[in-house]
Amino acid sequence: MKELLRLENVTMQFGGVVAVNNLSMTVGEGEIVALIGPNGAGKTTAFNCITGVYEPTNGKIIYDGNTIIVNHPSGKMKRAYAGYEADMYLSEKTLNPTPDRITELGIARTFQNIRLFRSMTVFQNVLTAMHLRAKENVFSAVLRISWKEERQMEAETEKLLREQGLWELRDENATSLPYGLQRRLEIARALATRPHLLLLDEPAAGMNPQETQELAAFIREIKERYDLTVLMIEHHMDLVMTISDRIYVLDFGSLIAQGHPEEIQSNQRVIDAYLGVAEDV
Amino acid sequence: MDREKRNHLIRIAAAIAVVYGVILILEFTLRPTSILFTVLRKGAIYSLVAVSMNLLNGFTGLFSLGQAGFMLIGAYTYAILTMPVSVKQSERVYKYYECIVGFDTGSLIGLIAAGLMAAFFAFLIGLPVLRLKSDYLAIATLGFAEIVRAIFQWDVLGPLTNGANLLREYKDLTRIYLPFTDIPFPPTLFVFIVAGVCILLIVLLINSSYGRAFKAIRDDETAAEAMGINLFRHKELSFVISSFFAGISGALLAMFQYTVQAQQFKTMMTYEILLIVVIGGIGSISGSCIASFLYIALSEWWLRGLDMGEFLGIAAPDLFRSGFRRLVFSVIIMVIVLFFSKGLMGDKELSYEHLKQKLSSLRKKRRASA
Repeated sequence: MKELLRLENVTMQFGGVVAVNNLSMTVGEGEIVALIGPNGAGKTTAFNCITGVYEPTNGKIIYDGNTIIVNHPSGKMKRAYAGYEADMYLSEKTLNPTPDRITELGIARTFQNIRLFRSMTVFQNVLTAMHLRAKENVFSAVLRISWKEERQMEAETEKLLREQGLWELRDENATSLPYGLQRRLEIARALATRPHLLLLDEPAAGMNPQETQELAAFIREIKERYDLTVLMIEHHMDLVMTISDRIYVLDFGSLIAQGHPEEIQSNQRVIDAYLGVAEDV
Repeated sequence: MDREKRNHLIRIAAAIAVVYGVILILEFTLRPTSILFTVLRKGAIYSLVAVSMNLLNGFTGLFSLGQAGFMLIGAYTYAILTMPVSVKQSERVYKYYECIVGFDTGSLIGLIAAGLMAAFFAFLIGLPVLRLKSDYLAIATLGFAEIVRAIFQWDVLGPLTNGANLLREYKDLTRIYLPFTDIPFPPTLFVFIVAGVCILLIVLLINSSYGRAFKAIRDDETAAEAMGINLFRHKELSFVISSFFAGISGALLAMFQYTVQAQQFKTMMTYEILLIVVIGGIGSISGSCIASFLYIALSEWWLRGLDMGEFLGIAAPDLFRSGFRRLVFSVIIMVIVLFFSKGLMGDKELSYEHLKQKLSSLRKKRRASA
């Protein structure tokens, strides 16, 4: 299996707090990989490092064979750095692209607390995400010289919305949708950027068991249909255990376990992290 | 759906045609010194600059207060470029300096150059300033506008800007002609055509893919960035385009006033424009246009009696003295802001359906009370 995403020694330190500590992981092409861990374990921080929202303090991220992010502690952080491998990437030129560059490379994401474009309809939300792949420039867009491309973007939006079952709701204001559909719209919007790797940040948050089951089927379906690789953060263990090929477990910023769902289920360290350890008094 | 859209477009086109027709008829029937023309011209100019500010503040979510500065750059560029060489070399305008600009251009080239010059300055200013957020951006752009005003009055730049003195005798509204003829162009119509074309371009921009990207940035920067919209590039683009049209409106203002002096482009002017944008509704193009005509009509025409001793047939020279107009005016604005907290139009656009809804709700209210 080809490796699509690789994190090497990624460390994210805020002041004195090491939120992600020396995280190394890989995601193979076509896999569904889950990143789990108790609250505050650093899962979302890891996501933010991959998508360029944060510059990792140290470490390297490789996507599709190309290094996309490299950094090493510098400036004030040089002395304050409390992680590992401080010198490993000194010789490499730091690379910290903005999130839009990462999206352009084919990594799209959703957010833990849904972030739709408030003032727009369902249709416009998805159409806006098509802007990234549009070839038109300002002049051709304003003077409507590129109206064919605009039409094509609209047609693609329609196709995407129909596939997601959101077409009937196209003229509704995005934030007036029920919660589950807002999540679905956010995924549709991410798909409009034509990603290869989809990062889902707690897609089942706030869903009941019935909706969670539907979501599992939905994630499998879009994975097949759009030929995606999925990396997701999730707390619903039944969802994680049914659909993921592999699981990484974070606790206090560090990787404590990795493996197939069955291995994780019986891993003592994971159980301890989630349930706490009985202390001998 | 499509037919509805087409009908909508036809109705808009018809309404615009009616407005321009009325202007043309007025030009040939009313006295050219009529106050109505002053209101129409200044209203159209302020519409353009208010819409350009709305593009930035209402559609991209950038709170910028540099509008007066960019208008000043546009006004000076236009005046300096279109002033005939003979005037530049005479002592009539450049009395204390030798003018170093040895050529003059037509008014259309002057207008476009005014826009481009303002856009160029906006590009340079935008590089550092657009990395700031909300209030800080407002302070930085406000500071920029003040600096520009000071620099344009600077002695050293005298050969170019005539120092702190007036610029005049350039191609103002009385000195424009139909192309290739000596027939004077109807001045109010000219202002309306230039402002109309510019506003149309802004509307087309807002409804394009780029406009959607701007709105996405306004709604949620993090999400916009995650959808592949480069924040800095799009903010810069919006800033430059907004300033381009502010520059053109500055040039129009110079044409309208017959003279230009850096003194006039004070911060007060930016606040006036901001007020128009807020009254019209942040995020509504038609709101900005309606508000600017109302604002100009109120301040230049309808409330004039309050300064002159007689208002609505009531003569009270002791009360209605100069300055009283300002007082009443501020009260009116406060009332508007209190009762229309989202502005006259909110973030909606004026349309046939919108009017129909308003009317029917009014009728219902009346029936309910009867």
